[in-house]
Amino acid sequence: MTDNINPLVEMKNISISFGGIHAVENASVDLYPGEVVALLGHNGAGKSTLIKVLSGAYRRDGGDILINGAAADIRTPRDAKKYGIETIYQTLAVADNVDAAANLYLGRELQTKWGTLDDVAMEANTRKVMGRLNPNFKRFKEPVKALSGGQRQSVAIARAILFDARILIMDEPTAALGPQETAQVGDLIKQLKQDGIGIFLISHDIHDVFDLADRVFVMKNGKVVGNARTQDVTKDEVLGMIILGKVPPGATPGPGAMKVS
Amino acid sequence: MADTAHSTTTGGASQTGNPVTRFFRATEIDTRMLGMVGALLIIWIGFHILTGGLFLTPRNLWNLSVQTASVAVMATGMVLVIVTRNIDLSVGSILGFTGMVMGVLQARMLPELLGFDHPAIWIIALACGLLVGGLIGTLQGVIIAFLGVPSFIVTLGGLLIWRGATWFVTSGQTVAPMDVNFRLMGGGTEGSIGATWSWVVGIIACIAIAVAIINARHQRKRFHFPRRPIWAEYVLVGLGCVVVLGAVMIANNYFWPVNIARRYADANNIAWPEGGLLISQGIAVPVLIAIAAGIVMTFIATRLRFGRYVFAIGGNPEAAELAGIKTRWVTVKIFALMGVLCAIAAAISTARLNAATNAQGELDELYTIAAAVIGGTSLAGGIGSIAGAMLGALVMQSLQSGMVLLGIDTPFQRIVVGAVLVVAVWLDTVYRARAK
Repeated sequence: MTDNINPLVEMKNISISFGGIHAVENASVDLYPGEVVALLGHNGAGKSTLIKVLSGAYRRDGGDILINGAAADIRTPRDAKKYGIETIYQTLAVADNVDAAANLYLGRELQTKWGTLDDVAMEANTRKVMGRLNPNFKRFKEPVKALSGGQRQSVAIARAILFDARILIMDEPTAALGPQETAQVGDLIKQLKQDGIGIFLISHDIHDVFDLADRVFVMKNGKVVGNARTQDVTKDEVLGMIILGKVPPGATPGPGAMKVS
Repeated sequence: MADTAHSTTTGGASQTGNPVTRFFRATEIDTRMLGMVGALLIIWIGFHILTGGLFLTPRNLWNLSVQTASVAVMATGMVLVIVTRNIDLSVGSILGFTGMVMGVLQARMLPELLGFDHPAIWIIALACGLLVGGLIGTLQGVIIAFLGVPSFIVTLGGLLIWRGATWFVTSGQTVAPMDVNFRLMGGGTEGSIGATWSWVVGIIACIAIAVAIINARHQRKRFHFPRRPIWAEYVLVGLGCVVVLGAVMIANNYFWPVNIARRYADANNIAWPEGGLLISQGIAVPVLIAIAAGIVMTFIATRLRFGRYVFAIGGNPEAAELAGIKTRWVTVKIFALMGVLCAIAAAISTARLNAATNAQGELDELYTIAAAVIGGTSLAGGIGSIAGAMLGALVMQSLQSGMVLLGIDTPFQRIVVGAVLVVAVWLDTVYRARAK
């Protein structure tokens, strides 16, 4: 597992454009098992678009995706799930009106031998998973709407790990949360990391993710400015990458790096 | 975290609150549904007093149940349509068209082929009607889901198209009479199952209620989930049985009209007794059909993946799509199902009228939508129950039937029904806001 020669995910030279606008151009990122990689950039920098290519929500125009070193064919969210890629969206993609168990199993419901929903088994597993993630969680029978932001987030994360996600994508995971709940999600991420899950954190706010991430990739105008290990750079240097595209000495420059003439 | 204080709703530790709150919490009876039953009872008792004791008679309640059946069947499907944030304005016209198709088949085409009163006529006619209804629904669903035309527009078009098609089939002529066996679906003296079978149905229903509750309890026990207190289970079984058997008793207390009973007595050489021959109508066939539709639809909505997807799409279409649900196909299936239910409603309504007319089902789309909405289906999507919609249909029909008994003119009936719809939804909005 600590064999870090093969990255878990390698996205090579990904390009995607919408109506002539290059949302992502020639972007390459990689992720190793048990690693947290933060994808930073302003709103509209292309980070969410790039990651939606990986999660199957968008189809890439060019480039390759390698999972465990092998080329992966990802066209739909269903394909991505087959490769163990689970996404937790910025908008907390949960169905508000059904309970936690229904959300955890949405699209992959357990069925009894008569083809009906096996609600009891689903609730049992949900209780198990939630007990591990968030022992305070007791409101299994209520619609997710009635839960707090942190609880909803833990439902979304439980949904991902329930199906043995190897790769977790979290789009602004703490944007909707208060400080206490943010800390809770931070603990959760550390726990998942120990299980050898690779995590992409996407954020426009460096403070949210800097302490959690092992490496950062910075994007600007659809291109990768560069990447760096968080231990080699300071927050201010990363901020410089985000705002100006200026690559500090501790980072590896990418195609979007500011040209120093 | 602050949520632990609220976490005992399903637990055994519901020792807080006054006895009434505790009772509802323990039995898990939906208070909203209870409110509707309360409203229904108020309407019934109100009309009973206003009409001088005409409303709450076995005869009127029996008629009420038969009159409700057709709209109630369609309302079960309308719930799914509205839950997914769609609307179907074409149900009345689909009812008209499928009714006309079934009418022409059994009154004109099939007798020529098979001979008059052939036993297969009704089943062929019904099957064709269901097929046509399903195809119309599928077509509309495909246009909505895959061509991206809003359901409001597609079904508004459908409202005109299928009504026009109904006219076109017979150039506006009424088709009558219906096949003898087909007519049973419409109720009436023939189309009721009599006292004995009504009791059989009632007792089976009671056993089913008990088995379902016991089974649910066993399941929860197996996984060590919190359970309802045992007395609450008994209360639920008891309540269910009382309601079922009470309904059967009422249906059995409505007797055949004197002249039909006399003809029957003559035909079977039964001596005419002193107080008249009392033959129970029992539960009407259309009511059984509606109840069956309600049970099947509830099963589909709550026990199958399809139903789960319907509600998930209603709650958050984007999340459903991202979860890998084929939302478009689900939409097509919902509208196909709606079409089939329209055909069932058409069978009930043509059989009851003993004719297929080109005006059949006019305005039914509005009554169906109103029934679903009064029954707690949220137009914002994601919320609704089949039982609620059927109860909603009963409320609507009770209002109409009560006003007919009071001799209120049609224009006023419509004014009242319209006003009630608005007030009911307003009350529901207030209730939901409070519940949060």
